[in-house]
Amino acid sequence: MTKRLHRFKGGVDLDYHKAESAGVPIRSAPLPPRLIVPLRQNARSVAHGIVTAGEHVLKGQRIGEAEGVLGTAVHAPTSGTVIEVTEHPMAHPSGLDTHCVVIEPDGDERWVALEPLDHRSIDRQSALNRLREAGVVGLGGAAFPSHVKLGSGTGVDTVVINGAECEPWITCDDRLMRERADQILAGAAILSDLIGAKRVLVGIEDNKPEAIAAMRAAAAAQAAPIEIVAIPTVYPAGGEKQLIRVLTGIEIPHGRLGTDFGVQCFNVGTAAAVHRAFALGEPLVSRIVTLAGNVERPGNYEVLIGTPVASLLELAEPRADTDRYILGGPMMGFALPDLSVPVIKGTNCVLSASPTLFPRSKPPLPCIRCGECARACPAELQPFELYWFAHSRNFGKAQEYHLFDCIECGCCSYVCPSHIPLVDYYRYAKSEIWARERETRAADGARERFEFRNFRQEREKAEKAAKLAAKAAETKAKLAQTETAPAPAPTEAAPQSEDDAKRALIAAALERAKQQKAAAKPKNTEDLSAATLAEIAEIEARRKALGLSEGDAGDVRPALPTLPGPTTAATPPAPPGGDPEPLAREDRP
Amino acid sequence: MIQSPYIRKPASVQRVMFTVLLALTPGIAAYVWQVGAGILVNLAIASATAVAAEALVRRLRGRPIAPAIGDLSALVTAWLVVLCFPPIVPWWVTVVAVTLAIAAVKHLYGGLGQNPFNPAMVAYCAMIVAFPSLMSQWPPAGGLDFATQLDLILGGARNLDAITGATALDALRTGLRGAESVDAILRQPPFGTLGGRGWEWIAAGYLAGGLLLLALRVITWHMPVAFLATLAATAGAFWLANPAQFASPLFHLASGGAMLAAFFIVTDPVSGATTPLGKIIFAAGIGLIAYLIRAFGAFPEGIAFAVLLMNLCVPLIDMKTQPRVFGHRRGKSP
Ligand code: SF4
Ligand code: SF4
Repeated sequence: MTKRLHRFKGGVDLDYHKAESAGVPIRSAPLPPRLIVPLRQNARSVAHGIVTAGEHVLKGQRIGEAEGVLGTAVHAPTSGTVIEVTEHPMAHPSGLDTHCVVIEPDGDERWVALEPLDHRSIDRQSALNRLREAGVVGLGGAAFPSHVKLGSGTGVDTVVINGAECEPWITCDDRLMRERADQILAGAAILSDLIGAKRVLVGIEDNKPEAIAAMRAAAAAQAAPIEIVAIPTVYPAGGEKQLIRVLTGIEIPHGRLGTDFGVQCFNVGTAAAVHRAFALGEPLVSRIVTLAGNVERPGNYEVLIGTPVASLLELAEPRADTDRYILGGPMMGFALPDLSVPVIKGTNCVLSASPTLFPRSKPPLPCIRCGECARACPAELQPFELYWFAHSRNFGKAQEYHLFDCIECGCCSYVCPSHIPLVDYYRYAKSEIWARERETRAADGARERFEFRNFRQEREKAEKAAKLAAKAAETKAKLAQTETAPAPAPTEAAPQSEDDAKRALIAAALERAKQQKAAAKPKNTEDLSAATLAEIAEIEARRKALGLSEGDAGDVRPALPTLPGPTTAATPPAPPGGDPEPLAREDRP
Repeated sequence: MIQSPYIRKPASVQRVMFTVLLALTPGIAAYVWQVGAGILVNLAIASATAVAAEALVRRLRGRPIAPAIGDLSALVTAWLVVLCFPPIVPWWVTVVAVTLAIAAVKHLYGGLGQNPFNPAMVAYCAMIVAFPSLMSQWPPAGGLDFATQLDLILGGARNLDAITGATALDALRTGLRGAESVDAILRQPPFGTLGGRGWEWIAAGYLAGGLLLLALRVITWHMPVAFLATLAATAGAFWLANPAQFASPLFHLASGGAMLAAFFIVTDPVSGATTPLGKIIFAAGIGLIAYLIRAFGAFPEGIAFAVLLMNLCVPLIDMKTQPRVFGHRRGKSP
């Protein structure tokens, strides 16, 4: 293992607290009284529910059909009865409601008939479809559908398997690697086959020697070219871009996919799920979750998707002085607004927080431009500049300084001697920019619709005029006819009514077309808003949160200004370039 | 609800400032040893003034007072003012200078972190323009006992010729005006082996403190190295061209406030450049301008003016030296 490693700039050393939960083997969490399975699987896709209340389902039975490009199927995590299909808060900072299937387990854990499948016996597209149907998504947190990640790639020669697990406290991947190394490696081999890669690199932070040893032992038994690489422990070495950089030296800029650079990255848990989807035919219905922090019995549990966090927490016995619960790690996780939310596929850890363990941060002082944040930033940004721009709502400038390259890793906030909640400002700025873009898009949509209606009305007018002219000509001709050869009275009425009927038909057809078109147009935007509904609500929630979060902060402006009205031009994004902002330092509050 | 991260490094502005104060102590100790304890009286006066000024201004601005005093930044400013000034400057000069630095330079721009100019340097420039003679009365190292120093600080009668000599830079300048050669001048009493006699030790003390700051990562290498290297290189170029007219680079490094400036003044984060390349340009600019003022300007010590001039350029320097962002190609900065 003499691989030459690369470095990424920045990063921080943390207290990892891994030993507390890493020592105990994975246990199965008991069946909760109710499972709440969200049909929404990520920000952009909601599965189409296909069960109704009262129906009995088997473990692994499909209850939601994959919809859209980013859709994956959803399955019943256990056998039981569907109680209802309803709105329920989901695991998200906003605590926003989403469509969920509520299942009461019957305790039998009876599986549907499972069909193992050898990925080599079918074509690539069918294999990807199997993953989609098995509901396999990234288990590292983002829950991005794996078939999409695989599907985009040709010319990928390296698959990176992410076992870095750099966030403090979290040990679910560590335990998985120690206990199910062969599953991970088998899955990695499948992923590698499906994407046509030549090599597999597994990156594991060197603070997990047991996991490295287990994975190496398993790799030695494998024929596939899989290399287990111990990487230095630096937060955030487990960030996808950082890990790819460390292992291959390739830097993937914001907005580009790994596949463009010949490398794609999957989490160890995802690899294991891929293996199970093929070798056992099992859909993804459970995952490993770390319970740690201010608890009596930290550890890792195999948890059914849909298990409410509250019932899961009982297993770990949170201590009395727990004041909140954090989903994910302390660097990038978020405090749960509601403990009834279910575990989803991206849930890797529930931390119990106490004031002593995670002290409330001190009131922020003004930025002293010490540059600590810039030295810590793994995206090599200038966080304090972004902070100025976000603070002064100069979002154009913030974007120019690469706001969207920020991975929200939290390193800058972590090191700031002035205790400025820097990442909160970036989240705020990003959400504001998204909101504005949506407004512009909505306005564009409205304009298009308006123009189309004008066009249609013109066309209809023209059509009507043409028809009237035709009819006039016809009547004239008939009149001429009757004059030359007198005919019975009704003959005139017949063509008339025939004409009427035709006209009615045409009108109806036009109306249909009109409706279709009218329906087609708004549907686009409806679709869009449905897909981003969660985002919108999340942004609103954050905005509120930010408004409240500021308090009296000495020299820092007391509160971020609230959101401007929908299309107020009061604070337009600054024009790029030619903007005197950075020179006018008095502007800095 | 403040969101993630939920953990923070045990760092604070107070800690940073405390470290800076700590790093100044070797230089101050050398000062007391070589020149006399009068400097301690000045430090006390300046500290009290700084705290009072900070509290007063914050009360006027309706801001909480305690955190601002607690962050120790006012003390750092006060100490730097004193260390740039002659040690026997009358007490009211110190009071006026520190008040100016805190109330006007820092708070008129919005307080901690907002001032585009280095407060201590503005105070120095204002005082040397307003009281040129008081600001150029430097006692020779070991030339005055504590009682005399105290008397002068508290406003005793000043018999200038008897008590003060010129600084090394002053003497060099006057000497050169009188058409003596550098060699001849440097054999005169105010000069030691490297710079002003005794002052070399103080410079060494600042150097030690500066290395401590570097080791603790309070400052980065960019500014001290760029500043000292430029100062030495420029001095060296002139010296090589005409050793009779220009002093050696070593003399320049060890004289005046070069070491103090390199590690404690140029490195002020608030008013300085922030990007790695920007820091180098900023500090090199100060080194160059400081030398030119020393060699050709109207004042013997040019660092303060050089700092203010470069402070003006900071927004431009920062804007033009934005570093490459992860994954982006070089040169695509805004
Ligand atoms: S770490 Fe904090 S105080 Fe230092 S430059 Fe960054 S934002 Fe400013
Ligand atoms: S949160 Fe963003 S700005 Fe801060 S260190 Fe991470 S990537 Fe850099």
